[in-house]
Amino acid sequence: MRLSAVGRRLSANGALTPGAADPPRSPTPALTPGAARHPLSRVRERGPGGEGRCVWLVFAALACVPALSSAGRLAAQAPEAAGSAEARPLVVASKPFAESYLLAEMFAQLLEARGLPVERRPGLGATEVAFGALRAGAVDVYPEYTGTGLVAILGEPPDADPRRVFARVAGEFRARWGVRWLPPLGFQNTYAIAVRRETAERHGLRTLSDLARAAPALTAGFSPDFLGRDDGLPGLQRVYGAFRFRQTRALLQAVKYRALAEGAVDVVDGYSTDGALARWGLVVLQDDRGFFPAYEAAPLVSARLAARPAAVSALGELAGLLDEARMRRWNERVEGAGEAGHEAVAAVAADALRELGLGCGGTAATARRTGGEPSFLGYLWERRGLLFALTLRHLLLVGVSLAAAVLVALPLGLALERWRRGAEAVIRYTGVLQTIPGIALLAFMIPLLGIGVMPALAALFLYALYPILRNTYTGVRDADVNAVQAAHALGMTPGQVLRYVRLPLAAPFIMAGIRTAAVIAVGTATLAAFIGAGGLGEPIVAGLALADTRQILSGALPAALLALLTDLALGAVERAVRPGG
Amino acid sequence: MPATASTSDAALSAGTVHKRYGATVALGGVSLQVRRGECVALVGESGSGKSTLLRLFNRLVEPDAGEVRVDGRDVRTTDAVGLRRHVGYVPQEGGLLPHWRVLRNVALVPWLKREPQAEARAAAALERVGLPPASYGRRWPHQLSGGQRQRVAIARALAAEPRIILLDEPFGALDAITRGELQDAFLTLRRELHLTALLVTHDLHEAVRLADRIAVMRQGRIEQLADAEALRRAPATEYVAQLLRQAGVG
Repeated sequence: MRLSAVGRRLSANGALTPGAADPPRSPTPALTPGAARHPLSRVRERGPGGEGRCVWLVFAALACVPALSSAGRLAAQAPEAAGSAEARPLVVASKPFAESYLLAEMFAQLLEARGLPVERRPGLGATEVAFGALRAGAVDVYPEYTGTGLVAILGEPPDADPRRVFARVAGEFRARWGVRWLPPLGFQNTYAIAVRRETAERHGLRTLSDLARAAPALTAGFSPDFLGRDDGLPGLQRVYGAFRFRQTRALLQAVKYRALAEGAVDVVDGYSTDGALARWGLVVLQDDRGFFPAYEAAPLVSARLAARPAAVSALGELAGLLDEARMRRWNERVEGAGEAGHEAVAAVAADALRELGLGCGGTAATARRTGGEPSFLGYLWERRGLLFALTLRHLLLVGVSLAAAVLVALPLGLALERWRRGAEAVIRYTGVLQTIPGIALLAFMIPLLGIGVMPALAALFLYALYPILRNTYTGVRDADVNAVQAAHALGMTPGQVLRYVRLPLAAPFIMAGIRTAAVIAVGTATLAAFIGAGGLGEPIVAGLALADTRQILSGALPAALLALLTDLALGAVERAVRPGG
Repeated sequence: MPATASTSDAALSAGTVHKRYGATVALGGVSLQVRRGECVALVGESGSGKSTLLRLFNRLVEPDAGEVRVDGRDVRTTDAVGLRRHVGYVPQEGGLLPHWRVLRNVALVPWLKREPQAEARAAAALERVGLPPASYGRRWPHQLSGGQRQRVAIARALAAEPRIILLDEPFGALDAITRGELQDAFLTLRRELHLTALLVTHDLHEAVRLADRIAVMRQGRIEQLADAEALRRAPATEYVAQLLRQAGVG
């Protein structure tokens, strides 16, 4: 199956960092390892930070490169038309961070092992897109956290009682959207306070109450975010009393664990399933007064899947089997910090299922370490087939959306030249489209177009309208006045004036607009990966989620190159249509 | 001369034409007849209505009231596009199409009229204005001097061999020497082709040199219409007399 093959290939080589898709918890660029992958981050998607986050996403993707979408997935996009519901494979999706990739792959392998065909859509652009796709029926299952459902989706305040949270989201989601929460998997990905093992032993630390007692002897390193948030340190102090640390330092996610391991600080905040906790052998202190909000992981499934007992029972096999310690270990293998290298998500998922006694038959996961890797060029060469396919997909997305934009904007620009009174207003409206962040625009389209190529094409089309429309209108309007008047006065019909005078004279302007739109589209199309449309954004998104710089670059560099070539090629066309000597 | 008497044999005729742009009166009841083969110059300062009057005859301007005839036919009953292809026109800045080579520019009207020999006619017209088509036909307008461009514009107006030609300050932007050369060329052409011409200019000397009769316009009206000699001898109003004095024509 072509689709799943792509999914697997992309996840192979995943590396470690959480990525752009989840909001950085601090103003750290999304590429920073360790930044932003936690489900709690979702809380902020709703707040004023939400827009900033979209902007970050756009920047992260653009900074890495303009690029677009993917390879093998061409076919399966739009919300399925009719077709037998039973025959259609179940669509398994994830959000773009390592743990979500891993859980989704486990779901997929488990369903396959139970004889249910699946289609993989990893790395959908965060909660709006993944949940939007689920609601719209374009996705059948993805791993979600109950706290995210409560806070980010339902917009209610956080709650520390896992059972209450689950009951709340399960009831509301079913009533409002007909989607179901299957029983939780058994672990939480919530805030965690960690110390070194020797610190725990020396001070006898097991719980946060112990920590409050021992605080004066310790130095804390907290993310700026945690220091300020009500469900961070301030709230914690209300419940446990003031933590009088010897010193409290603000540390970015990226350096926090290393600082702890090296003894620069004694206590840090993190997330309960961070792979780094396993990597450095850290001790997570128990939240004995139950302060931190509940973020239980569970499969969130569509009504269609919920109506298929075989699928529900297959996913149900995972219920309650996972725990934080295991997730840390597996996340660590997927994220694989630096030296150790990282492993393919599919391999780790297979191992994990075997370890849980849910072995999926013979697919012996030959844990493919990427240590001892080839050079970067060797890596690119190894992936040439995939990159070629991704590049083609990217070009397809740009080409089709651009062609459609030309077909609309060009005649519209000409019509507006005849109706100047309304022209500026109309053009300004298309300009406003430019201000909608890519991810938001994609998210808006899900109810209409599902996920995959169609919404990506629609978004790229909308972004391409303005430059083409503006340049067409201005170019045609400002075409050499004397020439236009003379042509008119010598007996050209208005249609002839347009065809033989205004249009040719405006051609370089129009081409410049198309060229601008094309280069922007090549860049913006990288975002299409967040909605499962593929293209060169796919390795970028996966690479960001898994902190695999080489994977990021394997999408970013071809996309940058594509942008340059597009500009050069259309520049040549622009010169070719320049009228007269 | 009685206006009605000349209407039938007038190539161009305007009868009591009014035209306003908003509150501005461009033409306040103007009548004018141009006989076949005659050249009439419209002179006056900017805003006197001379260009507006000229543009009535190829329907670039539609009158609010009054009657406009070309070759005896009311222009309102003729198709504007057909009329424009029938009447030659030379705009002030030449108005050559910058993305067309010289020969194609000149062939414009014959080509629009789907005449089979469009290029040959264009070549002949270029020859006539003193620009051998072999050396000029393939050039781009921007490769020509200002005077050459105006010659091309005249050739373009003549290529379809119209009997009537309208010229809107055709030489206004040229230096004195070039202007003189072009005026000579125009005089020759008029004689050879028996053209009826209506010429807008703000240069009284040019009017005297090129036109059979001169219409002095002021504030949307014709102050006096007469040949140069009659103007000089008997200016009808103080304005005309002053204009002649200022130009040193008096």
